[in-house]
Amino acid sequence: MKPPPFAYQRAFSAADAVARLAEAGDEAKLLAGGQSLVPMLAFRLVRPTVLIDLKPVEELSYLRVDDDGALWVGALTPHRGLESIEPRLIARGHRLLPEAARWVGHAPIRARGTFAGSLAHADPSAEWCLMCVLLDADLTVLGPAGSRVVPAREFFRGYLTTDLAADEMIVEARLPATGPAVALEEVARRHGDFALASAAVALDVDGAGICQGARIALGGVAEVPMRAGVAEAGLTGHPLDQEAIREAAALATRDLEPLPNAGVSGDYRRRLTRVLVERALSTARERARKDGGDG
Amino acid sequence: MDESLEQLIALRVNGVRHEVVVPPRRTLSDVLRHDLGLTGTHVGCEHGICGACTVIVDGAAVRSCLLLAVQVEDCEIETVEGLAGPDGEPNALQRAFHENRAQQCGFCTPGFLMLAEAAIRERGSMTEEEVTDLLASNVCRCTGYDAILAAVNQVMKERR
Ligand SMILES: Cc1cc2nc3c(=O)[nH]c(=O)nc-3n(C[C@H](O)[C@H](O)[C@H](O)COP(=O)(O)OP(=O)(O)OC[C@H]3O[C@@H](n4cnc5c(N)ncnc54)[C@H](O)[C@@H]3O)c2cc1C
Ligand code: FES
Ligand code: FES
Repeated sequence: MKPPPFAYQRAFSAADAVARLAEAGDEAKLLAGGQSLVPMLAFRLVRPTVLIDLKPVEELSYLRVDDDGALWVGALTPHRGLESIEPRLIARGHRLLPEAARWVGHAPIRARGTFAGSLAHADPSAEWCLMCVLLDADLTVLGPAGSRVVPAREFFRGYLTTDLAADEMIVEARLPATGPAVALEEVARRHGDFALASAAVALDVDGAGICQGARIALGGVAEVPMRAGVAEAGLTGHPLDQEAIREAAALATRDLEPLPNAGVSGDYRRRLTRVLVERALSTARERARKDGGDG
Repeated sequence: MDESLEQLIALRVNGVRHEVVVPPRRTLSDVLRHDLGLTGTHVGCEHGICGACTVIVDGAAVRSCLLLAVQVEDCEIETVEGLAGPDGEPNALQRAFHENRAQQCGFCTPGFLMLAEAAIRERGSMTEEEVTDLLASNVCRCTGYDAILAAVNQVMKERR
């Protein structure tokens, strides 16, 4: 249960980190909050020869809003930075983020763990991975040849697997704003554990209660967080009544084949997901009614 | 172990500066216990699940088994040994643990104390619901949690 030996370096800027990664080769790893990497070291699931500590790169911890209302999240923003996001930002279309943050482990985990560390770790149950897929976030990735932008839906490639090359790092993510009709539901075996399943939704609802656009993202039930495209299309253009919600939840989960996990069967997790989608859609609909029908 | 990987680092623990020579792979919990002899910080699972190793770093409760000592150079580290007053007088939280019988075997106690201490200082006041949510972070295999909840809630009440 002790990490294997490695050499330790500090990076002082994103460019410095990437240069060090390139120099150290495939066996190097970035260290952000360490809340996933250190347990993996302890279990000897990874054996990097070099760890490059990002902590000194303080300028990568920030939250900024652009003219479109989108939130730019610096890679090293700790989970708790999003948990305690300013009311001003919540009102401007980011209410789901602090709600999601509270599901990430426990307070001590949220004090150290970082936003981009979670994305790079790419657990399909992780809240930030789910949020990025739901919101169609764009991730800015820096490599030795410069930076590129990767849409969240193309970033996650498989269980704990991403589009990142060995010498690339995430520097920031852009999360578009939503209307008030959003919700996240999840169930974990114990408080603070990774979710058995999670469902997040973002709806555009007009004044007449008609759904003008729907996004439904599912976490923990496939190798990567995924969108339920067929169910999204099915909701669009129709009144958001209970029947439509039930149908969308059934459609969203019909073809899921989750693996058994934490002592529960795959079938249980699929049925659980259906209930979570139903609840999330109902909550989002209530929020649309309460907080304005403009979506 | 390649000795060339060992590093000299300075750590500030409970207001005292220590210099230790450690390999980068050594966790903060191990440095506290083995290098500094501060065995009040307990180690249960060594992978972030139980919270027995919780200490305060720069004001925030963190798992010391998930931190490398080299990561916390220049940070202000507090362990359970630093809670009591200079005369050994227990602080308000420790007294509340005593009065509420919030420990049985005591293995989890330092972790719960540091977890709650950081939250009390940072947030000032917490509702019972928030206390329950906070304490779910750590594992106690003896008490059933009720007494620990009562102790922290008592401190919250005393502060109101
Ligand atoms: C008890 C416990 C409970 C938890 N519960 C949850 C939970 O419910 N939900 C959840 O989402 N997470 C949970 N986590 C994980 C936690 O959120 C981690 O903080 C997160 O997964 C990783 O972030 P980190 O900053 O700690 O990254 P690290 O552990 O430092 O790194 C993780 C991986 O990402 C890479 N990396 C880090 N930063 C970058 C970057 N900028 N660019 C490229 N690669 C990078 C590292 O090289 C490493 O491979 C839990 C952890 C623990 C210990
Ligand atoms: S010993 Fe650190 S969390 Fe269990
Ligand atoms: S008192 Fe024994 S583990 Fe908590």
